[in-house]
Amino acid sequence: MQVKVAESAPTAYRARPDEHRGRPPRASAPRWRSRKVQGLAYATPTAVFVTVFFLLPLLLVGQMSLSDWPLLTGDRGVNAPENYTDITDAPLFWPAVRFTLLYTGVVTVVLLGLALLLALLVQESRPGAGFFRTVYFLPSALGLASASLLFWGLYSPATGPLGDILDGLGLVDEEVSFLGTPTAALLSTVFLIVWKFAGFYMLILLVGLQRIPHEVYEAARMDGASRAQIFRSITLPLLRPSLALTLLLCVTGSLLAFDQFFILTKGGPDNSTVTVVQLIYREAFQRLDLGTAAALSIIVLAVLLLLNALQFRGLRRADES
Amino acid sequence: MGSTVGPRGRASRLVTGAVALLAAASLITACGAGDGSADDGGKDGGAANATGVDDGATLTMWTRAATRPQSEALVKAYNASHENKVELTVVPTDDYQAKVGAAAGSRDLPDLFASDVVFVPNYTSSGLFADLTDRVDALPFAENLAQSHIKAGTYEDKKYVVPHTLDLSVLFYNKDLYRKAKLDPEKPPTTLAEWDEQARAVDALGGVDGTFFGGNCGGCGVFTWWPSIWAGGEEVLNEDGTEARLASATAKKVYDTYRGWVDDDIVAPGAKDETGTTWTGIFPKGKVGVMPMPSTTLGLMPEDMDLGVAPIPGPDGGRSTFVGGDAIGIAATSEKADQAWNFLAWTLGDTAQVDVVAAHKDVVARTDLASNKHSDADPRLVAINELVADGHTPYALKFGQTFNDPNGPWLTLMRDAVFGDGTSVDQDNEAVSKSLAD
Repeated sequence: MQVKVAESAPTAYRARPDEHRGRPPRASAPRWRSRKVQGLAYATPTAVFVTVFFLLPLLLVGQMSLSDWPLLTGDRGVNAPENYTDITDAPLFWPAVRFTLLYTGVVTVVLLGLALLLALLVQESRPGAGFFRTVYFLPSALGLASASLLFWGLYSPATGPLGDILDGLGLVDEEVSFLGTPTAALLSTVFLIVWKFAGFYMLILLVGLQRIPHEVYEAARMDGASRAQIFRSITLPLLRPSLALTLLLCVTGSLLAFDQFFILTKGGPDNSTVTVVQLIYREAFQRLDLGTAAALSIIVLAVLLLLNALQFRGLRRADES
Repeated sequence: MGSTVGPRGRASRLVTGAVALLAAASLITACGAGDGSADDGGKDGGAANATGVDDGATLTMWTRAATRPQSEALVKAYNASHENKVELTVVPTDDYQAKVGAAAGSRDLPDLFASDVVFVPNYTSSGLFADLTDRVDALPFAENLAQSHIKAGTYEDKKYVVPHTLDLSVLFYNKDLYRKAKLDPEKPPTTLAEWDEQARAVDALGGVDGTFFGGNCGGCGVFTWWPSIWAGGEEVLNEDGTEARLASATAKKVYDTYRGWVDDDIVAPGAKDETGTTWTGIFPKGKVGVMPMPSTTLGLMPEDMDLGVAPIPGPDGGRSTFVGGDAIGIAATSEKADQAWNFLAWTLGDTAQVDVVAAHKDVVARTDLASNKHSDADPRLVAINELVADGHTPYALKFGQTFNDPNGPWLTLMRDAVFGDGTSVDQDNEAVSKSLAD
């Protein structure tokens, strides 16, 4: 049977005459230029976007961090390195650093632990698994500010129902102050964040879990491995890329925590929940010291870059393994 | 942050300058040379035209949520009777400073913006307001304007703001609860000790509370606690607002009384956590006996509530009030200064002050109108208006970061003094002074 190939058949690639003769293709100047122009045309919008929305503001913050920066009037004189060196003199600086690290540690452990548990619970396609996956993920659809306001209302001793519910259940016999003590304020905020993000991280981990081939599990079972052994020796190692990604997102997000504390606690009670980003906000918009705020922002940026570089390295290693 | 506070390059300044020049030129053409250019009016005091220009311009204005009803009423009445139109934006009170700061940094301020009067010194010293000296002085009733607001808005001998809404701290007490507690509803407390007794008597009824305060709200503290200190004959700040005097014996007596209410559960639930957001929403529910409130909330009280109003007393008598509220000015960046002044001058006139402000049961901004057809019909309003003479408006350039900032040193003092054992007041007072002198 004769097979006819239409000359004009659409093909993704057609060999050029030179290639048939085993010689390297000769550079075609017009085509090369055309491809270069095309490349530039594709890259330009992104380059403009990155320049306008990332590089220029970054340069501006850099310049601001080295200057006095009055709001409207006055000289924009150099104020370096004082903007940087004076930061540690702020009475709230070290407490804010300590609290941010504590919060990041607590949230990361609780959130990732719970997200992994939820992912394992809904990993199999049992009846109802889809429903629970949706329920767990639902809070992620809510904005963080909205969720914070919702919890602020729930926690409010004056108007919130939680205190009454606990009282009705006989669990407490006096007014509950969910945000009234440093520990309660931290735990109440952690609860909000876990509620809000556990489903999102569950989804990432679920994708990771479903990438693990069933055959590996079956082989392990055939060899008589227990559930704990399977989890420790198969699930965890093969889930490392997803765990590394969630860790990176969680740590970065927690170090930049602002909305939840701004709405729920305003840094209180007694300045016990002031985060580093809140400190930047305070320097910029309460004290109107834009130079110091910019210097603090640059430091936070540098720390995050370093941390993310390390985590990305871990992520790549996990991928390679 | 960086994107909102950027500098302008030379090219940008040239373009903006050219636009401003064209706008100024067109305004001169439109308004006639006699009105003065918008630029002059906006930045250098301009022509001393007492009424400004009403030529159909659209003006933008910001106010904070705490004084929204008053601002809205004035804007509504102005828009209904003038060619100019004011577009009012109400900003959440807690976010106001940040919004103004960010807008100033990006040269994006509205034509007019009101401000809690205690923040005004910070804004005037930062150059955010246009100089209104000649315009204010040209008003026929200039001397009768609430001088506490004028003083707060005077920086280096130039006037930058006029009173917008006056908000005084006064005691509200629930006469129905007083009757149930066998208290004389016509005898409000005249000393802190009487206030304490009456609050405890109401609280003893059960199911209701004696008093309430915003225990996690620095602004609420200065507004309602300081009058008791002033009434006791003490100052809270030195004259230039760089040193705190909040550890005096009188101040400590005030803190002790509040701490007693906390210790004995006389305050309504939530006082310790109250950041000011729901502070004024507690009393209208009718479950609190006596508490200090902003006078601007009088017109918002339930009509069926039998409510009495009294001055805030000191530990051993006396009376005082915090003359707060909003002052308003024209942004230094506004290119419609003449039109903006037309609005400001109108809000201070007889019609607006009597038919809008006084009719809304608010304190008028002019002493010559303190007695008017509306206030005379309500003795509570007369009592409030009379208090202005006994009141104070504290002046400090660093007021916001020291007293209103939830992470500022005053809130620490407040909470230590009332929810703690009160032993760190002297030390906390030093921290407040340090912040003021920062």
